[in-house]
Amino acid sequence: MDLKERLSELKKDALAEITNVDDLKKINDIRVKLLGKKGPITEVLRGMRDVPADQRPRIGSFANTVRDELTRALAARKEKLEIIKTAKKLEKEKIDVTLPGVAVKVGQPHIIEQVIAQIEKLFLGMGYQIVDGPEIEEDHYNFEMMNLPKDHPARDMQDTFYITDQILMRTQTSPVQARTMEKHDFTKGPLKMISPGKVYRRDTDDATHSHQFHQVEGLVIDKHVTMADLKGTLQTLARTIFGEKREIRLRPSYFPFTEPSVEVDVSCFKCDGQGCAVCKQTGWIEVLGAGMVHPNVLKMAGIDADVYGGFAFGLGPDRFAMLKYGVDDIREFYLNDVRFLQQFSQKG
Amino acid sequence: MKVSTKWLSDYITLEIAPQELAEKIERTAVEVDEVTRMSTGLKKIVVGFTKEVTQHPESDHLHLCQVDVGEAEPLQIICGAPNITAGKKVIVALPNSRIAGNVKIKRGKLRGELSEGMICSLQEIGFAEGVVPKEFAEGIYFLPDDAHVGEPVFDYLGMNEDVIDLDVTPNRADMLSMRGTAYELAAIYNKKLTLHHPAPMTENPAEVSAYIKPTAAPELASTYLMRVIKDVTVKPSPQWLQTRLWNAGIRPTNNLVDVTNYILLDYGQPLHAFDQDKLVGKNIQVRLAKPGEKLITLDEQERELRTTDIVIADEAGPVALAGTMGGLRTAVGPNTTTVVLESAVFDSSAIRKTARRHNLHSEASMRFERGINRATVAEALDAAAQLIAQLGDGTVVGGRAVATKEEVNSVSVAISLKKINDVLGTKLSMETVKDIFTRLDFTVSVSAAGQFEVQIPPHRWDISIPADLIEEVARIYGYDNLPATLPKGELTPGHYTYKQSVLRAARRLLEEAGLTQAISYGLTTHEKAAQFMMEASEETKLAFPMSSDRTTVRMNLISGLLDDIAYNTARKVNNVALYEQGRVFYRSAGNVRPREVEHLAGAMTGLFRNDTWYGAKQPVDFYLLKGIVEHLLNSLGVKDVQFKTATGHEEMHPGRTADIYAADKFLGFLGEVHPNICKEYALKATYVFELDLQQIIELPKKQAVYTPVSRYPEITRDVALAVDQEVENAAIVDFINAKSGKYLVNVELFDVYEGAHIAPGKKSLAYKLTYQDENTTLSDEVVTADFEKVMTKVKSEFNAEIR
Repeated sequence: MDLKERLSELKKDALAEITNVDDLKKINDIRVKLLGKKGPITEVLRGMRDVPADQRPRIGSFANTVRDELTRALAARKEKLEIIKTAKKLEKEKIDVTLPGVAVKVGQPHIIEQVIAQIEKLFLGMGYQIVDGPEIEEDHYNFEMMNLPKDHPARDMQDTFYITDQILMRTQTSPVQARTMEKHDFTKGPLKMISPGKVYRRDTDDATHSHQFHQVEGLVIDKHVTMADLKGTLQTLARTIFGEKREIRLRPSYFPFTEPSVEVDVSCFKCDGQGCAVCKQTGWIEVLGAGMVHPNVLKMAGIDADVYGGFAFGLGPDRFAMLKYGVDDIREFYLNDVRFLQQFSQKG
Repeated sequence: MKVSTKWLSDYITLEIAPQELAEKIERTAVEVDEVTRMSTGLKKIVVGFTKEVTQHPESDHLHLCQVDVGEAEPLQIICGAPNITAGKKVIVALPNSRIAGNVKIKRGKLRGELSEGMICSLQEIGFAEGVVPKEFAEGIYFLPDDAHVGEPVFDYLGMNEDVIDLDVTPNRADMLSMRGTAYELAAIYNKKLTLHHPAPMTENPAEVSAYIKPTAAPELASTYLMRVIKDVTVKPSPQWLQTRLWNAGIRPTNNLVDVTNYILLDYGQPLHAFDQDKLVGKNIQVRLAKPGEKLITLDEQERELRTTDIVIADEAGPVALAGTMGGLRTAVGPNTTTVVLESAVFDSSAIRKTARRHNLHSEASMRFERGINRATVAEALDAAAQLIAQLGDGTVVGGRAVATKEEVNSVSVAISLKKINDVLGTKLSMETVKDIFTRLDFTVSVSAAGQFEVQIPPHRWDISIPADLIEEVARIYGYDNLPATLPKGELTPGHYTYKQSVLRAARRLLEEAGLTQAISYGLTTHEKAAQFMMEASEETKLAFPMSSDRTTVRMNLISGLLDDIAYNTARKVNNVALYEQGRVFYRSAGNVRPREVEHLAGAMTGLFRNDTWYGAKQPVDFYLLKGIVEHLLNSLGVKDVQFKTATGHEEMHPGRTADIYAADKFLGFLGEVHPNICKEYALKATYVFELDLQQIIELPKKQAVYTPVSRYPEITRDVALAVDQEVENAAIVDFINAKSGKYLVNVELFDVYEGAHIAPGKKSLAYKLTYQDENTTLSDEVVTADFEKVMTKVKSEFNAEIR
């Protein structure tokens, strides 16, 4: 057998060995064994001395080819074994992806706060300011400035927690409007405000009454504010809270601080006005009261009622939340049962 | 106000379905509570005639009645009513009929005897207890003798009339009468009214003075009129009158009382009838009560009068609380023959005070408070007198006795078309507006300048200013017809104030930290209001609380949160983390009104995290809550926060409470609730904090400024110090920070050990000190030198041992 044949034979055997190896650690051993200084190729090449000089380049070149081929085969085998090894390792690492994730512990804003925030966002966007005021008020601001003198029959409509003859738990957030109107500088632009907050009534708590609840009252005073503007504003409000398809309707009503005064109904969001239990088969749900600011209210606040006018409205976030989320007992809002509070976690 | 459409048809022809009419009223005038027809749901209830009534053989209170119901044979019906008697027209529910409450009546046997139906009381066919005439309250009802046997009873009893129940707002007292409502409907539907008026009375006006001589102060009664009707027989009213009353929700009594109520409903004019024979003397005085005077009113209550009460007095003293309730002594009764009838206008605010103080809110007082039609005081009196005379077979004594009588004119209000359109946002024409005013029975003239001069008749006394006219135009024109626009005008920025954004940011931060927002009651008990207080304050109490649970305004938020937690744990919800942001009310002595301060409080109990397959449970503890408070204060930009061992919080655990300061300003406290308080609230270990948000809002804030991140490596040194138990971590950290060189950038406590491997009374605190230079790589030598220098000082300062 000449050298070339021996190299060919060697290559055949070596390739078979490489193909059969399945242990990554043995790859290196094989490499050393085949290609190292004591390996068979080196051994074969030692016999070059006996090869005629003219044939040496051919044999030498062939030997290099064999060496390269084996090197490549080793590398390929090594890569393959590594892939297999990784795959085996990853297979062992398999987990049950259906196990529950690690819970993110977060709290929730109160549902009433969420309703108020939604209203605030709408009115901030329309250029209203948000004004806070005292919960313990003077009779003067809570009633008298609202065109409700002491012996006014409409005072029966609101039962009041008095602290003294003159001091009371506010029954509405309108005193905030009275205080703001008194201070507002109309040379700096119109007055556009909402006043959210807690109010109190002398009521016995039951499913539909609470001695404490919330109000958001709104007020716009400018030179040219119309009842049509009121209607448009309330329509926007109703659609923001109860959905884009809602319509509103106004009905005559009575509040001492507005004239004309209206109750505002929104088309039922449960049945789209077809009639259901929520709207008591009428297709409409009463949601708020509103009107054009009574000239007496303007005059008492020192505003020229011949030049300025405006609208006011008042709504109950508690009632809104009850309607919107189907809460049937107002006391739920103030008992703070965690199982109740955490139901309203949807954002956006 | 219950309005029968049949009664209305005396005045106006509408021919509109009652539901539709109600809807229109609701959209144009006042709310409608309901529309009812009493016969709805009832069937086969007919007039019967009791031919024969005999005792039931097996019962001492039941009777066998042979009742003619217009069929060939009479029906045998068993009746237990005490007033059953033969020869009467009665209400019979035939077999398979339906009576009130959807009850079906069947043929049946009662103690062995056949009963083919039921003889009914008014209540059994749906009448409210309060409208059934007293004589029939305990038994069956007798129909008029001329009722036709076999016919349905409904028409005889007015049960086929549609009744619209109006919820009249205080401003529309003009609609508290049939005539007022008729005016309103005439305007809404643009119809003509046909009001009936009493016949003119030809009489000798002087006659009445032989009976009575009333006098009145005009400021108490601007009009005070009386008439006398003599030779009256008191008896039940005719059916038509009784029907009108009960359909209006008023119980028929007798012809005298019924006429006064009828006129009250018809005209809205309250009347009062006195028995002439019981009045002492002829002089009737309308005056204020005198000190010490008393009056026994019709309800047999003795009432102590005040000098602000208007009374009607005869020569022996008060006989009525004016406009509110009559007195018992002069009340008309079955034997009255001479009636003195009063028709007046009393001062509304005086009536209101009297009604409130005596808790006597009557149909009369309500109308006097809200106002009445001053143009028909005399007409109502005349109508009543004539009707009493007619129904009681008596005679009206000639003449009205007049104590006072004000002149009543229409009121003139001017308004321009432009103003109306400016306020409503409409483009109504002169003609449209003029037509609306005319429909409302207003007289309109238009000035050369285009100004409306509107004459308002006395029956619309609620209208006195231009805004009132605008409302009339708006509602008659129809709110549905108004356009919907948004305010134009100058633009204004809409944004939260700094305070408002801090309040809201604080809420969101606590929610992110795992606490859910609670809203508790601002009113609480006297005890709870004053717990967990952060500053001394007087309590602020309600003058007339509704319950002992809600008497005092809160001066802390924690007690409300503890109530909330107790509510949850009582329902087996044991892991609770709540916060509240709201006001507390501090009052200094001498002030009536408290200061309202925005506070923020949190309360946690049980586990913060449950055991899961993934990790062990995490119980709530001091340090968990402290971490949350630290995060909160840091996120709000509060500088130099310090937690100091706190004393003096009565409701807190004395060894587990920290006061929180920022640069010497007291912000609040944090810690474990005292076990005794937990017991009172029925709570397990609970951790709480409360902060004064107003204080935090006012503090100067950290402003984030960019500092370059050092590119050079940090070097750290760890050290464990054995110190006495009493030594506080904060003292060591502060000391190390103060005594180290400029390269020390952080000191972090990473372990605390107390136990077997350390001497009793000692604890081990392990710190990691981090050093870094912004400009170069620090050498070990520099760090070691600084570290050792500081540790030497720590050892002597704290008597510490380095472990």
